[in-house]
Amino acid sequence: MRGLAGYTATPLARSDRFRSEREADWWRLQTIIETVESNSASDLDDEELLRLPILYRSALSALSVARETALDANLIAYLENLCQRAYLILYGARSPLGTWLKDFFRRGWTVAVRGIWLETMMVAGLFLAGALAGYLLASGDDSWFYAFMDAGMAAGRDPTATTEALRATLYGGDSDDSGLEIFAMSLFTHNSRVSILAFALGFALGLPSILVILSNATGLGAFVSVFVAKGLGVGVGGWLAIHGTTEIFGIILSGAAGLHCARGVVFPGDLTRLESAARNGRRAAMVMVGVIVMMLVAGLLEGFGRQLIENDYGRYGIGAAMLLFWLGYFYRRVGNTA
Amino acid sequence: MTTAMFPWERVPTLERTLVTPEGVPLTIRLATAGTRTSAFILDLVFMGVILILMTIILTILGFAAGSEFVLRMLFILWLLGAFILRIFYFTLFELRTRAATPGKRKNNIRVAARNGGRLTADAIVARNLFREIEVFLPLAFLSTALSEGTLSTATGFAGLGWTSIMLFFPLFNRDRLRVGDFLAGTWVIEQPQQELGFALSARDAGDQYDFTEEELAIYGERELMTLEYVLRRSEPDEEATVAAAIRTKMGREPAHDDRAFLNAYYAALRTRLESGMRFGRRRASKDSDEVRPDHGPLMR
Repeated sequence: MRGLAGYTATPLARSDRFRSEREADWWRLQTIIETVESNSASDLDDEELLRLPILYRSALSALSVARETALDANLIAYLENLCQRAYLILYGARSPLGTWLKDFFRRGWTVAVRGIWLETMMVAGLFLAGALAGYLLASGDDSWFYAFMDAGMAAGRDPTATTEALRATLYGGDSDDSGLEIFAMSLFTHNSRVSILAFALGFALGLPSILVILSNATGLGAFVSVFVAKGLGVGVGGWLAIHGTTEIFGIILSGAAGLHCARGVVFPGDLTRLESAARNGRRAAMVMVGVIVMMLVAGLLEGFGRQLIENDYGRYGIGAAMLLFWLGYFYRRVGNTA
Repeated sequence: MTTAMFPWERVPTLERTLVTPEGVPLTIRLATAGTRTSAFILDLVFMGVILILMTIILTILGFAAGSEFVLRMLFILWLLGAFILRIFYFTLFELRTRAATPGKRKNNIRVAARNGGRLTADAIVARNLFREIEVFLPLAFLSTALSEGTLSTATGFAGLGWTSIMLFFPLFNRDRLRVGDFLAGTWVIEQPQQELGFALSARDAGDQYDFTEEELAIYGERELMTLEYVLRRSEPDEEATVAAAIRTKMGREPAHDDRAFLNAYYAALRTRLESGMRFGRRRASKDSDEVRPDHGPLMR
């Protein structure tokens, strides 16, 4: 029978018949995928959403069959594309942003901060040591002050300033309180960027993060020493504490997050280096979202609170309350269930 | 196949296989560095446009309002908007179902988790926070240093080195990972919109063509795919060339109805090759012999 008529062009090759029987389902799947991809998943009714996994599995099995029986490159490419897109929707799906945020504040943030406790301790120790060193060196010899503190940032608050001028910077405030909110907002955006920097630089084996932390700490120590030398130690403490407990905690956390990334790369433990880097990187990113929230709080405290509250007790009280709040929030017990 | 002696001679393959939980392997194509650069530049343009539009709208509102309080609120809105735009533009878009910024969408690429699992929000946040040191830090550094003229040779070179490491990092690993991708467990893959073409064998082929076994045995699967490609493009000149080549090979007379001839030959060749396939006989191309299934001892 394999003669002349053996391979006459039949109206439909067998694999094309296979295709025409299933085409309608693929088309339905494609429509659902396109709706979901255009971010209008809410347009789908329940029935369509329930069909998605079923249609996906049938397309997947059609793909397996087509690979073994069909020599239609376009068909196989189409099915492969369809299955990949459906796969990413079904298995790559995320919880919606709102749900994620709720979970983040309820436990995700706390869990992430607890996860980097070791680095937090190290960076906090480093920060304290740096601040102490800055303080001791600058109070012993004025030239150290200029080594630690940028003249622009000090804005006249250096060892040559008079007691009166220094006192004025602590309590003067702005006589009218216009522009406080702008001040607070620019502090927030600036501090957030600095902390993101301290975090992201941790990628380079953590060294740049440590440098950023140390330079901030020694600057702070030198800054305080100027005020203490003029007998304004209590005042400067309150001036810093009101927002500093939040802001410095945030900076320490971002440095710790940077170190955590570096630790994931350098000491992978039982995981592969890539897996360990990714795990630590994601955990550190959670901490950083939180740090941005902390910087917003610190910006508000610095912009509004410090300008409106001129009383030392009030400033210390708020600073201490914030510190207790953060410590309680981060190191409380959280369940392991979502 | 030639083997590469030196690393730069190796052509990296950007195809990866993902096995679904159902056990079916899917091919995933990683986005090339070029596509990603183009997507990123497009996104920068979009960010610029959004910033300018925001500024214009807020300025107009400010003039309309007049009161100082409203003006200050608008300025805060602007500061906050610029901050969110810079830090969260990429994150907010990638958090949506399509996992792509407008620039990525235009280039048909998207972000996916490297392990094939869920692309979590923290991974997206992580990969985008690192943009700050990959792109914005060098940019800010260069622009301040240049405008203030404080760029010493040493810091200039250090900055250049840093920028280059960040910039070319994707080219130094197989998976085209940015620093951010590396630390977030993500990668960027191609996701074109593939459409289903015609069922080619259903096309009108006419009945006037019959092919002998010998005529169908000239070609293999690769030639069939090429023929499919030609038919789907359906450009008359191309079809004429291909039809002439096939006819010559068969020793047939030249004729005019190229389209019908090619349709008929395609359908016949495909039917033949596919029926061979069902019995385990494959022929990759005209240059290779037919591979028959190796039956086990029981069948022999």
